Amino acid sequence: MTPRIETVSMDSLIVRLFDHIDERHMPWLMAAERALRQALQEVLIDLVPSYTTLLVHIDATRLSLAEARRRVAAALEGLAPLEQAEGRHHIIPVWYDHSVGPELGRIAERAGIDCDELIRRHSGRDYCVFALGFAPGYGFMGLVEEALATPRLQTPRQRVPKGSVAIAERQTAVYPMRSPGGWNLIGRTAVELFDRDSDGYSLLRPGDRVRFEAVDRDTFVTAGGDPTPLEERAS
Amino acid sequence: MKELTVERAGPLALVQDGGRFGVRHLGVTQGGAMDPVSMGWANWLLGNDPGAAALEISLGGLTLRAGADGWLALSGADLDARLDDEPLSRNAAFAIRAGQRLSFGHPVKGVRAYLAVAGGIAGSPTLGSLACVVREGLGGADGEGRALAQGDVIRWQGDTDSPRQLPNEIRMPLDMPPELALIQGAQSDYFAAASLFDAFNSDWQVDSRADRMGIRLRGPQLDCRLSGMVSEGIPLGAVQVPADGQPIVLMNDRQTVGGYPRLGALSPLACARLAQCAPGERVRMLPTTPERAREAWRRQLKCW
Repeated sequence: MTPRIETVSMDSLIVRLFDHIDERHMPWLMAAERALRQALQEVLIDLVPSYTTLLVHIDATRLSLAEARRRVAAALEGLAPLEQAEGRHHIIPVWYDHSVGPELGRIAERAGIDCDELIRRHSGRDYCVFALGFAPGYGFMGLVEEALATPRLQTPRQRVPKGSVAIAERQTAVYPMRSPGGWNLIGRTAVELFDRDSDGYSLLRPGDRVRFEAVDRDTFVTAGGDPTPLEERAS
Repeated sequence: MKELTVERAGPLALVQDGGRFGVRHLGVTQGGAMDPVSMGWANWLLGNDPGAAALEISLGGLTLRAGADGWLALSGADLDARLDDEPLSRNAAFAIRAGQRLSFGHPVKGVRAYLAVAGGIAGSPTLGSLACVVREGLGGADGEGRALAQGDVIRWQGDTDSPRQLPNEIRMPLDMPPELALIQGAQSDYFAAASLFDAFNSDWQVDSRADRMGIRLRGPQLDCRLSGMVSEGIPLGAVQVPADGQPIVLMNDRQTVGGYPRLGALSPLACARLAQCAPGERVRMLPTTPERAREAWRRQLKCW
């Protein structure tokens, strides 16, 4: 494992560990994150892991990029993958329904299965959190099985409701807050993905594992979910 | 506590500070003043920390009414600012008395003005910062990420008995030539040689699609042979080139990760300069190194 360290701005480096997405990479990425946080401490402004890389943003008032590069290289010497047990496992209950997941039918049809089967398959496996991004607490998870892979919408929606569960290509995600978005919606969860008052703010972290669990409307509403159909919200 | 009440909101006025750091790995963007140099000087005039919370007023249209006497300072764009009906000088501190109206008209030069208040705008930081990011619902005076609206109140506590005067030799980003220093890097090796030549030898026109997330530039089409990139963390000022070959400079409210190839990133001073360029203006990109960009940035910070 010889990471490539690349200049990307006046005060940022990219540490490139791999060149393609694979969940077996995550223990390496998490090990690198930990090593870099320990080695850089007060000169580190932000550290952003994502699939195959880590963006290292250093404090340019304290050290040069050349010095940062040396410290990053030293910190990554002899890197060994972290144990899988480091990540947490989350169960996210989802109300899969056409009214809040209008693309359920489209994805099922593409896969040549019915909606019940689609729900069984989406909720039937653990997903790995590869990266956080797009919005606070938005976790890019995968891989969704090949048959369910569906391209993004041609025209993104202006408003995707909070808690929407979605698929794009072989990835799946939950929208932590209302936002624009182009992923295919299949259901909704009442779980809070991002809470500024909770410790750590984000439910998900890279390297975590997630399983979706199908629940009925009553369970979703009792848990605090908003069952307002998508069409009404959009207007 | 001193107060300014919003009588008319204008297109976009936001509480900003130096930005929100240490949470980007959670998908939380950086935020902060788009032109931190002008904001830094506005704060300096009142003896504040350069990153103290101030108002970022885009394109004018804002009217504020003072609830008490106090000291303010204005820098950045010329948005035809007036105290009651008297035009205000840019880059200067001024006293405001209870009942007086501070109004911003149409932009004369530049895009973003910064209004600093003695001691900085008061409020409870969200995730360590007052920087207002509307898209994320974070920051601002009430923490909910709202742009200023009619009836909102800006509060501050500080005072000053000796506001400063801007040294004569100081030039603001707005007064510099629009030559944007770019640190080559990221995927720049994957761009065609002719495209790299074009990047640094053409005029680029600032597109109307320009906001706090990104500023599009129009010019020759840049070709990159890389396709299907895996998303990675994005630094401030990253110059990303999507399939249409027209670059987008990713600014303070950018998404934290992205999957388009990049030529590199503008220096922080270049970002500040670009933040004051209106749609239609022409800019150039000039190659620089991280070392030279850092020297220029440190010279700027030493002024304060």
